[in-house]
Amino acid sequence: MTTALASAPSKLAASRRASNARARHLGSRRANFALGLLAWVIGILFVFPVFYMLLTSLHSEFNAATNPPSFFAPLTLDGYREFFGASSGASPWPPLINSVTASVVSTIVVILLAIPAAYALSVKPVEKWTDVMFFFLSTKFLPAVGGLLPLYIIAKTIGVLDNINFIVILYTAMNLPIAVWMLRSFLADIPVELFEAAAIDGAGLVRTLRSIIVPIISPGIAATALICFIFSWNELLLANTLTSIVAQTAPVFLTSFVTSQGLFLAKVCAAATAVSLPVLIAGFAAQDKLVQGLSLGAVK
Amino acid sequence: MATATATPVRSEKNEPKPSKPKDTRPFNERWLNKKGWLRRVPLLPALVFVVIMTQLPFLATLVVSFTNWNANYPDEIAFGTLQNFATVFTDPGLRASVFFTILLTVTVVLVSLAFGLGIALLLNRDFLGRGAVRTMMIAPFLVVPVAAALLWKHAMYNPEYGLFNGVLTQIFGASAPQPDWITDFPRLAIMGELIWQWTPFMTLILLAGLQSRPGDIMEAAQVDGAGTWQTFANMTMPHMRRYLELAGLLGTIYIIQQFDSVFTMTAGAYGTANLPYTIYQTLYNAQDYGLASAQGVIVVIGTIIIATFTLRTLSSLFEEGN
Repeated sequence: MTTALASAPSKLAASRRASNARARHLGSRRANFALGLLAWVIGILFVFPVFYMLLTSLHSEFNAATNPPSFFAPLTLDGYREFFGASSGASPWPPLINSVTASVVSTIVVILLAIPAAYALSVKPVEKWTDVMFFFLSTKFLPAVGGLLPLYIIAKTIGVLDNINFIVILYTAMNLPIAVWMLRSFLADIPVELFEAAAIDGAGLVRTLRSIIVPIISPGIAATALICFIFSWNELLLANTLTSIVAQTAPVFLTSFVTSQGLFLAKVCAAATAVSLPVLIAGFAAQDKLVQGLSLGAVK
Repeated sequence: MATATATPVRSEKNEPKPSKPKDTRPFNERWLNKKGWLRRVPLLPALVFVVIMTQLPFLATLVVSFTNWNANYPDEIAFGTLQNFATVFTDPGLRASVFFTILLTVTVVLVSLAFGLGIALLLNRDFLGRGAVRTMMIAPFLVVPVAAALLWKHAMYNPEYGLFNGVLTQIFGASAPQPDWITDFPRLAIMGELIWQWTPFMTLILLAGLQSRPGDIMEAAQVDGAGTWQTFANMTMPHMRRYLELAGLLGTIYIIQQFDSVFTMTAGAYGTANLPYTIYQTLYNAQDYGLASAQGVIVVIGTIIIATFTLRTLSSLFEEGN
């Protein structure tokens, strides 16, 4: 790109007409280069806080708290040692395990319930299936705070306050509508002839689901599971209201870092990085599926 | 409504939409025959589960909002009062939180949408390292929201060792201004962090929209001598309208429910308490169940109004896509 720009001016003198054409071309090349550069600058600005979080998590507490920042200070794992309870004794493992349980179990249940539902909404649609679809979607627009109080009272009455199983059930309800929408959009892409062939061969519902649908939409199932996992892993409001010690999830554990506690920036950054890592890895690995999930399958 | 316009999508793909014959069978034959039930069975577990878990709690909220239930006075529960709603609309603190919820949502959504559109247009061009820049752009959205709020509170905004003041010192030396960002500009601080997290979301959806523009028509426009600006104003923008609406409305739904950043960064201080945070506080600190429920009902009604627009947009995309 840059070499072409440098050699271009000498050729411009050739003829009036050609020079005009070339000048236009050169101008657009220069603009292209500038816009590419601008994209890089903006990209770096946006990723910088994430990079800074990672870098600071690998600095000593002393080097993390300097002003101006010491970008090139030696790296250490002390922040992570502190996060994992080296001196405080408070281990983040129980909350992390709770988060894994809540996210993974709820995601599995969501997928198991959503596949048959998506089937009944696309392959052999029930009557008024669009109404059902929009009912599912409308529940996503019901803010969690709208049902928070009764959930709290119910949990308190039947004794499931601070119980991870209750959180699993709530996360299942939270993500099921999204999963139904997404899986339906994948199912709708399967050619209808395939189902007709299966029906002629005498395959029943369970057989059709197992040997035709699941294999074909497995990339779609993976994308759906990814989105459900991320939403469950990130959730704070419900977990913060309905759990306290035993069933505390990772985001609730993070809230213990809300108030400053002397020199603790490296530890905070280590905690934020450690808790975000599963989402970062899953999200980067499945970038293309992300947009499909976020738009509930409306954008492909 | 939606059913009138969107008939079974699968069949529309290749052949024109067949006009649906009106079902004249009586109700019990239509709904209670064996075949209909067989079709409905796979749907029922999910549907029943979602109804129980989402509709019943909200109904309960609605009922409780008309009571004066306070956990501190458990013997004096009475139904049939509008006091809670009167309080919601007359208490200046609550009114302020309603206004801040609107201000926060509108600002964050509009600014992220504008940034998102600009960045999506940049990323839609061919340049060296485009994939890398796209990956970098996604990163903020993949940080767990509480972690992102902690990161901005402590590592970016902190007046003594935060990155912003650190960079100011680096540039201007010892006499650099060192504002206490969260105390001095509490609302902007929260908005800044949320815009950072939500711009990638908008970018992703808008970029997908740009890439779904019909290539042959765009080429035809160029052959016909349409300039960059003309193509953008007359072809790209009309095509993008739906994606802008979709991104804006989905963003609105998420940000109107925003709790994590307010809870983490300011705990609702300095005029940054939005409705979700206020409800959480009424429930937790004041133990006023009736009032908390009335607040919840208000948020839900506000969201339903926005959701109606979203559903309309989605259903038009839904038809176009098939």
